[in-house]
Amino acid sequence: MKIFNYFGNYFSNRETFQEIIVIPVFATLLAIFLGLLLLIVSGSSNEIALKALIALFYGSFGSISSISETLTAATPLIFAALGIAVGFKAGLFNIGAEGQIILGGMAAVIIGFSFQLPFFIHLILILLVGALFGALYAFISGWLKATTGAHEVITTIMLNLIAYRLLDFFLRIPSIQKEGRNDPISKSILDTAELPRILYFLDPNLRVHMGFLIAIFAVLIVYWLIFYTTIGYEFRAVGKNLEASRYSGISPSMTIILAMSIAGLLAGLAGASQIAGVLGRATPGFSAGIGFDAIAVALLGRAHPIGVLFAGILFGALIAGGRQMQVSADVSLDLITVIQALIIIFIAAPVLIRKLFPWIFR
Amino acid sequence: MKLHEISKSFGPVKANSNINLTVDRGEILGLLGENGAGKTTLMNILTGLYKPDSGKILIDNQLREFHNPREANKNGVGMVHQHFMLVPVFSVTENIILGEEPTKRFNKIDLENAKNKVLKISSEYKLDVDPDQIIEKLPVGIQQRVEIIKILFRDAEILIFDEPTAVLTPQEVVEFFEIIKNLKKTGKAIIFITHKLHEVLEICDRINVLRRGKIVGEEYPKKTDKKKLAELMVGRTVNLRTSRKKMEQGEVLLEVNGLSILSDNKEYVLSNVDLKLHKNEILGIAGVQGNGQTELVEALTGLRSVSSGKISYFGKEYKNFSPRKIHQLGVRHIPEDRQKQGLIGEFSLTENSILNTYYEEEFSYNITLNWTNAKIEAKKIIEKFDVRTNSENISANKLSGGNQQKLLIGREMSRSINLLIASQPTRGVDVGSIEYIHNQIVFARNKGIGVILNSTELEEIIALSDRIIVLFEGKVIAEFPSDTDPNIIGLAMAGEN
Repeated sequence: MKIFNYFGNYFSNRETFQEIIVIPVFATLLAIFLGLLLLIVSGSSNEIALKALIALFYGSFGSISSISETLTAATPLIFAALGIAVGFKAGLFNIGAEGQIILGGMAAVIIGFSFQLPFFIHLILILLVGALFGALYAFISGWLKATTGAHEVITTIMLNLIAYRLLDFFLRIPSIQKEGRNDPISKSILDTAELPRILYFLDPNLRVHMGFLIAIFAVLIVYWLIFYTTIGYEFRAVGKNLEASRYSGISPSMTIILAMSIAGLLAGLAGASQIAGVLGRATPGFSAGIGFDAIAVALLGRAHPIGVLFAGILFGALIAGGRQMQVSADVSLDLITVIQALIIIFIAAPVLIRKLFPWIFR
Repeated sequence: MKLHEISKSFGPVKANSNINLTVDRGEILGLLGENGAGKTTLMNILTGLYKPDSGKILIDNQLREFHNPREANKNGVGMVHQHFMLVPVFSVTENIILGEEPTKRFNKIDLENAKNKVLKISSEYKLDVDPDQIIEKLPVGIQQRVEIIKILFRDAEILIFDEPTAVLTPQEVVEFFEIIKNLKKTGKAIIFITHKLHEVLEICDRINVLRRGKIVGEEYPKKTDKKKLAELMVGRTVNLRTSRKKMEQGEVLLEVNGLSILSDNKEYVLSNVDLKLHKNEILGIAGVQGNGQTELVEALTGLRSVSSGKISYFGKEYKNFSPRKIHQLGVRHIPEDRQKQGLIGEFSLTENSILNTYYEEEFSYNITLNWTNAKIEAKKIIEKFDVRTNSENISANKLSGGNQQKLLIGREMSRSINLLIASQPTRGVDVGSIEYIHNQIVFARNKGIGVILNSTELEEIIALSDRIIVLFEGKVIAEFPSDTDPNIIGLAMAGEN
């Protein structure tokens, strides 16, 4: 496997390379294989399974439009998973990305329809305020943990539930609900707040938007933050060894609050980019479980920003390809969920991958 | 029992090569060696955890082969590990029978019978253990006896002890030696693994020294001495006594008045402690572990808040100061547990080198870290403090204990320093590194630095300190000059004044 060795040189050592690239790649291949096996075992013919496989690849990377769909689906996943990765680095398990996305999205909707502003300024404002509300919402969990020791897994789950109800309530407020509608749906944001489609010049229907470019930028920023700044150093120190970080003069409380807030900021950005780039308005369940899929993405990306970028694109591809699979092979979208779950199982059990493919780890 | 030409390699590393070893009934064999000399590998072969690449194990002149610890147990080989293998919430009896529960009808555990057997063993070897006690409520010394009963319960004839005294207080060590002597009298064969020289000289009948996977010498306690053993162990001449010339006390660096600390359950872990530390002075804090030393050091370094009393550094009083502020005064702290506090195991040596200075101008500009300078710093420490590693990029937990400690000490002592607080600076460190670390501490003191040395090793305290105070139940109960008879200090440590 010369090619692996070649790329391996870009990482400080071979183990890291295996951890963030090789194992996820083989976990994914194995999961897709098992997913198709499941299809055959459950009674589909080999042809359908093959068709599904082809649709999965075609629907995700087979054409410009499918690539566009893949990246569109990947964008909010990358944002939110980056946040979760930042949390992981500081030893925090943020289950609350979903709630933070909802808060960020709601704030973005209000900014989006209630101000008349020039194009670029409006866009920046909608993203900033969305990020801010995500951060504030996550701050609650961080603050509770730092001051009372309340576990962030519990508090973020509870805040998720509160966020769902808050959204239901929010969509019924007369000044927010769309005029002339009885169902819970918000007004639409103005054109000036929309994230422009980046492949507009090829085909106006290609949905991939500027949010994807911002997500790549965020990957670089988070990479720099974690590995090249004192703040990231503090995050990692607290995450790896709380006692030693106290000894070194770091304040664990402040670090936890800051890490949690940054995690929320990125999730809020996911919500805002989804509103400003794809949906244009809020509906019940507009968050669509992105916050939970993002946990899987962060795990698959081994909480490494670059890993998160690729994992996010992969999950985006599974979503986009899954839709194609449903259409052309008539295979339920649930198969994608199964594949996603299998990937996570194999990631969580890297020994299994090492045992199954011993030849790549020599 | 006899081991014949045992060899074991891990990859290119020969952990054991052609080892011959015998131990007879009623004999205590000392196995001496530095960390990484291959002691543990050898014992793991004996107890069936590893399979040797070549060689034979003979018990009573019969060839034996063990594939797992249980088979070794059945053949009468039992081991007491350095870290106990006990379930904290189980009772003594439950722990002892774990894995081999005697049963009555319907698979009910026969606790009564087991208890009686435990009591019988306990009285036979004068172990004095209550079979109904819960493990977590017992002191470490008693827990160790439970481990001993555990292997006797399985009819062990060959008992292996891995660093048994590392976790014991001096009193417990004395009691432990009595137990070993009792076991010897009943005809058990005992292998005693350690790197403490005085212990093998005191208790063993015969001593084998292991270095780099080979037996390099066999000695008898009556015909040898510490110096000779240390040389065999390290492979070169070792200076066991650090030379320390007398120095005049300088100005006061640290003054503590009436320091008291209440623990979480409202007991005084430290009460009314007064102490002074001068320039050019090493102040030893002696005491059995758990008498307030840890709390005192944590208070002095800002890791624990103080209930009452004053701490003044360099003539200025500090109230509820943070660890960082104290560090900025030039006070350096070598914490007692390097893996828990002093280093971050998964961080690289470079990252560990800047653990408490990363925010300083040299290593960061605003919030951007300067990895170039950090690397230079790491290389400096590695070179100056003889940390054996081939790269500064590997993670700290890949280093041996001695090298981890040298890295930690190097980090604390390589930058400007006015005062050093060293807790257990040589715990779990090999002889060669101990010598080095002691010399560094004395060297620092000679340069005009004040040192507080907190150690449960009385020998270390006596070897290094200019003045010794003894902590007992949170109080300073005695102060001695450096040339005091160790027995008198030992009595004070036991609370007798």
